[in-house]
Amino acid sequence: MVPLTHYLLLSGILFVCGVLGFLIKRNIITIFMSIELMLNGVNLSFVAFAAHWHALSGQIFVFFVMVVAAAEAAVGLAIIIAVYRTRETLNVDQVNLLKL
Amino acid sequence: MTPNPYLWLIPVLPLAGAAINGFFGRQSSKRAISTVALSFCGAAFAMALWIALTFSSASAPYFLDLARWIRSGSFNVDFAFYLDQLSLVMLLVVTGVGFLIHIYSVGYMWDDDGYYRFMSYLNLFMFFMLTLVLAKNYLLMFIGWEGVGLASYLLIGFWFVKDSAASAGKKAFIVNRIGDFGFLIALFLIIKHFHSLDFTSVFQAVAPMAKETSGAGLLTAIGILLMVGAAGKSAQIPLYVWLPDAMEGPTPVSALIHAATMVTAGVYMVARSHVFFERAPMALMVVAIIGTLTALFAATIGIAQTDIKKVLAYSTVSQLGYMFMACGVAAFSAGVFHLMTHAFFKGLLFLAAGSVIHGVGGEQDMRKMGGLRVYMPWTFRTMTVATFAIAGFWPLAGFFSKDEILWKAYSSEYGSWVFWLLGVTTAFVTSFYMFRLWFMTFFGAYRGATARDGHGHNDHGHRHGHDELHESPWVMLGPLVVLAVLSVVGGWVGIGGRFEHFLAPVFQSGGAELAIEAADAASKTTEYLLMAASLVAAFLGFALSWTLYYLSPAVPARIAEGLGGLYRAVVNKYYVDELYALLFVKPVLDGSTEILWHGVDQGVIDATVDNSADSARHVSDNLRHMQSGNLRSYAGWVAAGGAIVIAYMIWMGVR
Repeated sequence: MVPLTHYLLLSGILFVCGVLGFLIKRNIITIFMSIELMLNGVNLSFVAFAAHWHALSGQIFVFFVMVVAAAEAAVGLAIIIAVYRTRETLNVDQVNLLKL
Repeated sequence: MTPNPYLWLIPVLPLAGAAINGFFGRQSSKRAISTVALSFCGAAFAMALWIALTFSSASAPYFLDLARWIRSGSFNVDFAFYLDQLSLVMLLVVTGVGFLIHIYSVGYMWDDDGYYRFMSYLNLFMFFMLTLVLAKNYLLMFIGWEGVGLASYLLIGFWFVKDSAASAGKKAFIVNRIGDFGFLIALFLIIKHFHSLDFTSVFQAVAPMAKETSGAGLLTAIGILLMVGAAGKSAQIPLYVWLPDAMEGPTPVSALIHAATMVTAGVYMVARSHVFFERAPMALMVVAIIGTLTALFAATIGIAQTDIKKVLAYSTVSQLGYMFMACGVAAFSAGVFHLMTHAFFKGLLFLAAGSVIHGVGGEQDMRKMGGLRVYMPWTFRTMTVATFAIAGFWPLAGFFSKDEILWKAYSSEYGSWVFWLLGVTTAFVTSFYMFRLWFMTFFGAYRGATARDGHGHNDHGHRHGHDELHESPWVMLGPLVVLAVLSVVGGWVGIGGRFEHFLAPVFQSGGAELAIEAADAASKTTEYLLMAASLVAAFLGFALSWTLYYLSPAVPARIAEGLGGLYRAVVNKYYVDELYALLFVKPVLDGSTEILWHGVDQGVIDATVDNSADSARHVSDNLRHMQSGNLRSYAGWVAAGGAIVIAYMIWMGVR
């Protein structure tokens, strides 16, 4: 049996990878994937806790998160395509029309 | 008498005139403005005459409660008027002389652009002066008191584009505030100790109090503080400095406000408060000393002035000193008598001087006049009457009133031969400088340049087309003639103590009856001797100025040279203005500039605001860099914040 700590460590590593990717990368697609990575890192910790405490609510939460992530992916990818069509770039630093 | 319910109309009529002219005068024709101003003022005079006809020395004082004003516990002050013999005399003087001066102003100010403004101010002045005179309590009197100060300020600074006029107005206002300070404290003392400001109830409360013969008590304090107020309004030492400067105003204003009426308000107030003074010999002594010194001091300054209006201004200060001398020896009716005759002949002197200034095209320097009796016969005649009257020649008005004062100064229980001697000396000096003015203006050869050169000068705002010396129009000469007649006959009401008897009911509570008795009992020979002495003094003054300014006009300059420093001191008014500037004005200016402006305002108040704003801007300048608009830097802040929270929770051991 793998102890809880291992799951949590892996979950933390995934989350930090997501955060760092979000902060460092410039490509919107990569940033988007980093967000998914963070979500999944959290999902992993939910599932691990649910298994550890024999509580179903954690697993149900994961389903919600996945649903939301799927919806977010649909909307987000649509926005990314729209941005690419108008700007012909996926570099976030150049998508700064609203910046003062 | 039958109560007269229309008494309130007397002050209100001029107020209505002032309002109509003030609000609509700009659009109206000058004829309409004159009609309004003259009719409202004339109506007030007619009302006063009508009331006077039904009033005698036997009449009881009459009250008219108009409206409630202040009700605070047992302390009541109402809008109420009070008419007794004293206020009746003042009423007649103010409305009568005021009406004549209104008529005169029509001629004098006709060509001025601010004609409607002038007439409106004059009427406003009448309103406040009549309120002052008719008030039944000290507070209403104080309103009138401040109101005439306001009117005086407005009229001194009437030609406000002229810097000297504007600052003269301010000076008058500020110096009067010093006096009002004393007056107010006196009122506070009265409220504190008598719980009322109403004349009748205060005087009733004071009447049974004993004379403060040894040491100074409450009544002495009230008396002296009232005198401080009177010294401000009536231009007595040490607050007289504003009156000579007030001559910057138009000449009718000098005649009405700064000679005949407003400046006598202090005398009226002291006479009205005689109940306090009679019980405070020390306060009386202060009044007498101030009056006597002012009379002599101002008269000597008058000798060396060359501006015709300045001579008259110092003469006014000096004559007011006489009135206070009378009040100071508890001869209040003599003071009021002189107040009345002075209103006639000094009003006349100013109006005649105005006529002269008008005639020579605005010149006020007597050295540039001379020989005018040929060109202005009527001005000359009336001025002659006034000059002889103020010098105290029998049987003109000034003789009777001045003699009354000098006799009382000698014979009264508070009097002394010192007052009398200084008074007679003043009479001599008065006679000298008045005849000096008379000779310099009307005799000899005309010393001015052509009148045309003098045009647009100084006091005179006129731009009339006359080129040579000319007599004034009849609208100006008429009042002169009426006042000249009054200056002759005005003193006759005092023959045989009739005036004193008329006022006796007012001053009864004091020693008026006693004084009359004493006068009768005193040696008649002494009285006639003193009378002769003052006549001799007047004649000596005349003779001296006749010698110096008519027979040998070159001598005065040599005498002046011979006197050297003393002469310069007199010409420069004993440097009193400079002394006040050094003692009071400069410290205030410096203190305001250095401490209040640079220190408190710039150093504390401005610095607080400036520094807090500056520091806010510095902080914002730094914080601004956080808000770069870079999305990922925001995310970085969020992540950093989250990391800090987590680190904190781990550190504190939160589950």
